[in-house]
Amino acid sequence: MTLEVNGKTFETDEEGYLADLNDWEPGVAEAMAQAEDVELTSDHWEIINFLREYYEEYQIAPAVRVLTKAVGKKLGKDKGNSKYLYELFPYGPGKQACKYAGLPKPTGCV
Amino acid sequence: MADFETPKLDDITTIPTVKSGTMEHSSPYVAKPVIQEPLGFPGELVDDWENVAVAKLGELSNKYRALRVYLDSCVKCGACTDKCHYYLGTSDPKNMPVARQDLLRKVYRRYYTLAGKWFPKLVGATDMTKEVLDDWYSYYHQCSQCRRCSVFCPYGIDTAEISMAARDIMDAVGKGQKYCNEIIGKVFKIGNNLGLPEPALRDTLEDLEEEVEEECGVPVKFPLDQKGADVLLVTPSADFFAEPHIDGLIGYGKVFHQAGISWTVSSHASEAANFGMFIGSYENMRKVSMRIREAALDLGVKRIVFGECGHAWRVAYSFLNTLAGPFDFLDPKYPVPQHICEVTHDLIQKGVLKFDKSQNDHMVLTYHDSCNVARASRMGSKPGGQFTIPRDIIKTVCNNYVDMAADSIHDATYCCGGGGGLLTDDLMELRVRGAKPRMEAVKQVVDAHGVTNMAAICAICKSQFTKVFPYYGYGMDMIVSVHQLVSNAIIMDGAQDGGDEDRETAEDAPQSA
Repeated sequence: MTLEVNGKTFETDEEGYLADLNDWEPGVAEAMAQAEDVELTSDHWEIINFLREYYEEYQIAPAVRVLTKAVGKKLGKDKGNSKYLYELFPYGPGKQACKYAGLPKPTGCV
Repeated sequence: MADFETPKLDDITTIPTVKSGTMEHSSPYVAKPVIQEPLGFPGELVDDWENVAVAKLGELSNKYRALRVYLDSCVKCGACTDKCHYYLGTSDPKNMPVARQDLLRKVYRRYYTLAGKWFPKLVGATDMTKEVLDDWYSYYHQCSQCRRCSVFCPYGIDTAEISMAARDIMDAVGKGQKYCNEIIGKVFKIGNNLGLPEPALRDTLEDLEEEVEEECGVPVKFPLDQKGADVLLVTPSADFFAEPHIDGLIGYGKVFHQAGISWTVSSHASEAANFGMFIGSYENMRKVSMRIREAALDLGVKRIVFGECGHAWRVAYSFLNTLAGPFDFLDPKYPVPQHICEVTHDLIQKGVLKFDKSQNDHMVLTYHDSCNVARASRMGSKPGGQFTIPRDIIKTVCNNYVDMAADSIHDATYCCGGGGGLLTDDLMELRVRGAKPRMEAVKQVVDAHGVTNMAAICAICKSQFTKVFPYYGYGMDMIVSVHQLVSNAIIMDGAQDGGDEDRETAEDAPQSA
């Protein structure tokens, strides 16, 4: 499968996750979100950027607790919970936000 | 999000009228060569695959005598037809266990029985064709290997064994399932299903220590690769990653801390799950299991304890000794291996742990027996311990507990709908439909007894319910870990205020779907 963004073609897997993390650019996230009727706000971008930074360091998306804790520290305690993350990414921060950030899909019993 | 209709729940689970072909379209993503090859399977469908498949079927039915008995002995009595949650949820007759078995049996008959060789049409025997292979791929990935049907079969025919054999044959011809095989590859490469590398695991556990100490004021440790610890905890990697799994992990940590048991997680064996079983591959199952032996030897532990993971406990309880034994280097005073519920239960019996049950008073609990624990293993020293021990723990730490209907618990338990390697988004319709019988049993106790939460001891069950509850109008965090309840109620020495954590369960349920 492929994704077209501003005339450029990006390769994705069967579920729409970017095939190569290094290909990512902000337009990819915009296009993926648009296809799922999600409007990306600065709140979304905070999460997407955090995911990319974490992945760069650890080669995996952060665990839900690690993510909520980091969000709580950065954006205030009221936002440091999974409820807030699900409001932003209704299909689940683990999967939907990772997809927009260009990360591979988390596998396993999750 | 979903392009299918969520079934309407009935007051009592009823047997649906047959509707042929309703799930013919359901088929998971096929593994690419890069996923297949590290597991020792051909990358793609091999030339001459028909003969390879038939030869593999012959090999398996000779090697596994049980498989041959299952293939030979069915008398089509029909006792199994209405016992599969996927049939009850989809109405597709090929999801009747006998029909699912027959997909393989008809090929076995054609090539390996006298009658089938000479009079195939008379005995329902067919050639191995592309159509047959496609049907296998679709319908053997609509079986969660939960074994409920085998409980009701007068011959004890185990459809799970047949579905495992079919998947093994498909892998042998180069048609593997992406979800399972990608995950097994990650265990070999990184050590767990998630692909959580050691630095990330260390960081996650350190974070958890900080969080738990902040909450209860006690420095509970979550040690990693600590040589000389008494206990090696082998737990599903979802316990490090997802909710409510991680709340269970916090519970294990608190139990070990309070009981003064030294323990450690291993980064080499940071996974309890063993998807080698789901794909019926002895070699892969053994390779995954060997990591646990290697870690136990390397760390010099005296005991191996498994966390809350259903099929891991089947592999551990039933096969670990022959797969990766002998474990004569462990302390013979303890069972090898031991389940975390057995550990906690023993400590409760000895009076080592104290609880404030009122900490769980905001919940009314029920308990979902996970299929592999219920029907393929045991706990404790008495028959049925796998049913009574988790319930005893829950009742020790909670005031409000109700069982679901008798035909949906214990050895008649319904699968969550996502077991056996089907917990993948490309099978979401199947997962939602297959959960219907369990949802109906839940609805009964919600309506009659005000049940707010359901506890389980399986990572797959927990993730599956988190996803499917919202389809049926329930909150995603209605599902909780058994050791999450333990964690809420346990009285920790030196705690500041008796533990006031995890109070957002019933009321703050974020809704999804």
